[in-house]
Amino acid sequence: MNKSEFPDPFENERESKGYGEMDDQNDPVTMLLRHKDVRKTAHNYKTFQSGAVPGRIVVPSEVSIRETRQIPFEVDPPVHGIYRGLVEPWFKRPLQPEYQEKLAEQITNIVEEVLQEDSVEVVTDFALKLQSRALTLLLNTPFSESETWISWGTHVFRSEGEALDGDKANILYDYIDAEIERASKNPTGDMYSILLDSEFEGRKLTKEEVKGVMVLTFAGGRDTVINAVTNAIAYLAEHPESLERLRKEPEITGKTVEEMIRYFSPLTQMGRVVTEDTFVCEHAAKADTRVSLCWASANRDAKVFENPNEIVMDRRINPHVGFGFSHHNCLGATHARQIMKILLQTLAEKVGSFKIFDCKENIEDLHHFKRKVGFHSINMKFNPLTK
Amino acid sequence: MAKITFITSDEETITLEGASGSVMALAVDNGVPGIDGDCGGVCSCATCHVHVAPEDMEKTGSASEIETDMLELDDNADEYSRLCCQIDITDAIDGVVLKVAK
Repeated sequence: MNKSEFPDPFENERESKGYGEMDDQNDPVTMLLRHKDVRKTAHNYKTFQSGAVPGRIVVPSEVSIRETRQIPFEVDPPVHGIYRGLVEPWFKRPLQPEYQEKLAEQITNIVEEVLQEDSVEVVTDFALKLQSRALTLLLNTPFSESETWISWGTHVFRSEGEALDGDKANILYDYIDAEIERASKNPTGDMYSILLDSEFEGRKLTKEEVKGVMVLTFAGGRDTVINAVTNAIAYLAEHPESLERLRKEPEITGKTVEEMIRYFSPLTQMGRVVTEDTFVCEHAAKADTRVSLCWASANRDAKVFENPNEIVMDRRINPHVGFGFSHHNCLGATHARQIMKILLQTLAEKVGSFKIFDCKENIEDLHHFKRKVGFHSINMKFNPLTK
Repeated sequence: MAKITFITSDEETITLEGASGSVMALAVDNGVPGIDGDCGGVCSCATCHVHVAPEDMEKTGSASEIETDMLELDDNADEYSRLCCQIDITDAIDGVVLKVAK
């Protein structure tokens, strides 16, 4: 009964001093661990900036493998707001009924597919496929593109180890460059074409800016969605009563999604670069050093969440920061929430129970914190619901 | 039943009637501009921020501590601010006027 448990490695440090430290390619990070500090720091974009050298606010740093600035992610207000305003309507499309119908069809198909199998490796044969197929809706590209993305495997930036892999990242960048060229010659209604046609302060977006938005869209929504989907299934496998509850009380599904995002926190942290000498948690933070907003720790802060280490499916007040907080909160959250909601609905409707055979946990190595974020692999059987 | 009036940032007035659930859900179901309710009503996204008409504060009550914490970082927040996912529809709030913050 513990494969779907995700321990909180930050508790001691969070309660005793409020921050942790990790080294990262000789550019150390002071990790903020308390809910209040994380939110305040996320909001203070002047002292804690995102618009540093591209790749530096990501932990582990991508400075050595990426030059393209991700947009609007690595831009600070007020320019950030202009870019965000440009792309936001596109990223709210998942609220449209026709988008949700298509997503539901994709998810139903994949669930029905795995119900036929004796054993399914959920990360690769379910979550990666689901994420890639759903991305064709967000990008409004042909469904067949998902085959290419699935073929890249689960690690777009990393090889099997933890190290950053420049060659792998290039596969994605070259692909996006080619797609931008294609769309610029033959525009369609896809995201590349829409962005190329967008106006930014009286001019069209450049190809480099379009690339910046596309890289963010591909990278930000891959491991995160795959982990959220896989972890949710592992949880339901070990908690049949929860699956049953979703069947009986479908009205709590939205709250359960939020609670799972809090509990699993698919993105552990995000960095900021300090612009002036300051203090965080009574700890000196010098200009041009890095801090990180540790969403995963903030989401287990007992000062805010009762029973923080439990999934309370109908948690009514849940100010989690699983999608980040303030100006830079997750652009893909609308899409991700729909994926999770429809996934839970579909599983409740079609799956009677699951059996986990074996799994290999994915443990993030954050210097002296080790955090379980998901699974490298988990083999399961999906049993159909018999009425 | 309670009648609730929203005034949007474009000064459009929308009056809706509801019997149960949250004010946010009523606004989202009826497409009130500026009320997104992204998180579905668990107080995690602050996309349902309204300013309650001062004379109606007695009916709605003031913001809870969690709401205040959420709103504290919003430059547009004031003493009349509420996240309307945290306002339940009951007869007690009949007639309130809410100005949509966004």
